[in-house]
Amino acid sequence: MTSFYINVLVGGLLIGVVYALIALGLTIIFGVMRVVNFAHGEMVVIGMYLGYGLWAATGLSPWLLAPAAGIVLFGLGYILQRAIVNAFIDRPQHAQFILFISFALVITGCHLVLFGPDPRSIQTPAMMQSYVIGPLRLDAVRTQAAMMALVLIAALVVFLKYSTIGRSIRAAADNLVGAQVIGISVRRVYAITAGIGMACAGAAGALVSPLFDTQPFLATDFTLIAFIIVIVGGLGSLAGALIGGGLIGFAEAIAALAFSPALKTIFSYALLVFVLLLRPNGLFGERERS
Amino acid sequence: MTRRSTITRRKVLTAGAGALGLGVLPGRLAAQTKPVKVGVILYLTGVQAFMGQQTRKGNEFGAKIVKESGGPAMEFVYGDAESKPENGRVVAERLIREGCTLLIGTNDSGSTISVAQAAEAAKIPFLINIASAPQITEQGFTQIFRNFPPATTLVANAVMRIKELGSVTGIEPKTAVMLHVNDTFGQGLLKGVDALWEKLNVPIKIVDRIAYDVRARDLSVEVGKARSVGADLLMPVTRVSDAILIVREMVKQNWSPMGIISPGSPGPYEKAFTDALGKYGDGYMSCVPWYDPTKKRSREIAQRFEKETGDRFDLNAAFAFEAVEIAADAISRAKSSDPAAIHAALKTTNIEDHIILGGPIQFDEKGQNPNIGGAMLQNQGGKPVVIGPVQAAEAKPVFPLVPYDKR
Repeated sequence: MTSFYINVLVGGLLIGVVYALIALGLTIIFGVMRVVNFAHGEMVVIGMYLGYGLWAATGLSPWLLAPAAGIVLFGLGYILQRAIVNAFIDRPQHAQFILFISFALVITGCHLVLFGPDPRSIQTPAMMQSYVIGPLRLDAVRTQAAMMALVLIAALVVFLKYSTIGRSIRAAADNLVGAQVIGISVRRVYAITAGIGMACAGAAGALVSPLFDTQPFLATDFTLIAFIIVIVGGLGSLAGALIGGGLIGFAEAIAALAFSPALKTIFSYALLVFVLLLRPNGLFGERERS
Repeated sequence: MTRRSTITRRKVLTAGAGALGLGVLPGRLAAQTKPVKVGVILYLTGVQAFMGQQTRKGNEFGAKIVKESGGPAMEFVYGDAESKPENGRVVAERLIREGCTLLIGTNDSGSTISVAQAAEAAKIPFLINIASAPQITEQGFTQIFRNFPPATTLVANAVMRIKELGSVTGIEPKTAVMLHVNDTFGQGLLKGVDALWEKLNVPIKIVDRIAYDVRARDLSVEVGKARSVGADLLMPVTRVSDAILIVREMVKQNWSPMGIISPGSPGPYEKAFTDALGKYGDGYMSCVPWYDPTKKRSREIAQRFEKETGDRFDLNAAFAFEAVEIAADAISRAKSSDPAAIHAALKTTNIEDHIILGGPIQFDEKGQNPNIGGAMLQNQGGKPVVIGPVQAAEAKPVFPLVPYDKR
């Protein structure tokens, strides 16, 4: 029985890491550009379809294909920002909301037209396998997804910390005017940031494609989970997204064990309300900029 | 009690052929140059499109067979309720306006009730393909004819099959755990099982009931909880995608109970399930109405359907096929496209030679066919086969389940 509890908790943490990658994409876009991407779940679903399509074409495991999906979504995000979103950066928030909700509707519509409503399922030998380590029995697909998500998160942190573009992004997030004064091209930074944010969503989508059957209507679930995580962790905080992802995965596992599996999702929302009551800016969130 | 005519499909077709040969067709049918327009309402798009498309294939295949057999001329007009129950009525009204004098549908109880309201208002007979909600035949509708068992009968048949499993196999499971989807369908089936379990004195104790969210994408905890109960049987109430998730988790958690028996839910017999799971889908049992594999014609129809469409002749396709045969029989006897005449003919339906397991197709005063039987299926060699009742079995049950790590 103890091993069952340990397995459930570790399983919750593993999926939490993948959720964290999704939430990172949302939080990095908000942190730098101060726009809320309501189409983030749709980007994850694009990543899922890419994961499915690349798997069907190559036969490779989706966790190996996640970087490729990330690159495609980076390009999409970059172009989308330069072509459309940039014009909305200084507009009122309600205009930005409508723009991203429009993106969400258009993307879901395109998915329906291109792929239809039927779920598409990836079949790999790993889907029936698990790694046994002492009392632990880890789901192979989930472990692979979590490990690749960790690698991508680490790569992103290194990129933001040590590369010139990464430093520019952090500078723009910390002080936009200061960044402009020292000659940083804010338009370029915004486009790369949008690309990175959507690349996170795309890569996470490919990672979850063997875990959840791919279909257009999943997008709302991913958008919601990303919002819960970034609000719990603190909007705009990378550390908050990471800790928030793990926390949500862990909390859902505890809820399933202590109460009922059917109450998992309700527990996530309860955690959200609890954090908002005690720390309205989230666990790692900064106070509102004046 | 009224005496029913004993008209069989063969008699109808023979009489039809004879009439054509002699040129003595009754006036209205001989004058009937235009085919009877039959409206078919299904979920052809949206989240339940998979089931609707499969049902449509059954309807279309039925139309083809009827045409080949020299049956009455029928023109099928399809209407899509878009996986929204409330759309049933709107689509039905449109089909009626377009001249349909008989409706067939749907593949969901909600939209069936919605269509029944439109049919009642326009006095157009409505032949129900697939829908199990008991209230459909309890609301006083006069135009409905349901050739599908109500949920209560589905569950009763399922409980009977589970009860007799011990005597058939000589292995008596003692305990069971239920793992069910937590929606109207899952709760309803659970209540039905609970009510009948004691009434029928089933010697298996249900030790736990574990609910899972209808939107759940991950059932690892639920399966882990069910496993920790240590029951002999797992009784899942699922749809196809969650049935796949459950088996995957069982394989990953290396849990092989004595048996997995679904008491009347869709999923395990569907092609999507066996395709997704391969050898791990074998052994899963389900209790549902099914075509009778002991009948030569049923087997031929199933084989031809599978050859021509590439799909499995499952519950959806079989009941859709049979609905078209019932419609053809009624139209032949009505000798008219008049809805009242078709309604009168449907009321006296008595088809003995048909494909679904059970007695002759007849409709009682509420429009329900009370003679539909229930089968116990088990996936063997990647496809469902009938293992019960004994007189209809095409294979012996593999029980206990072959452990997943030994496949």
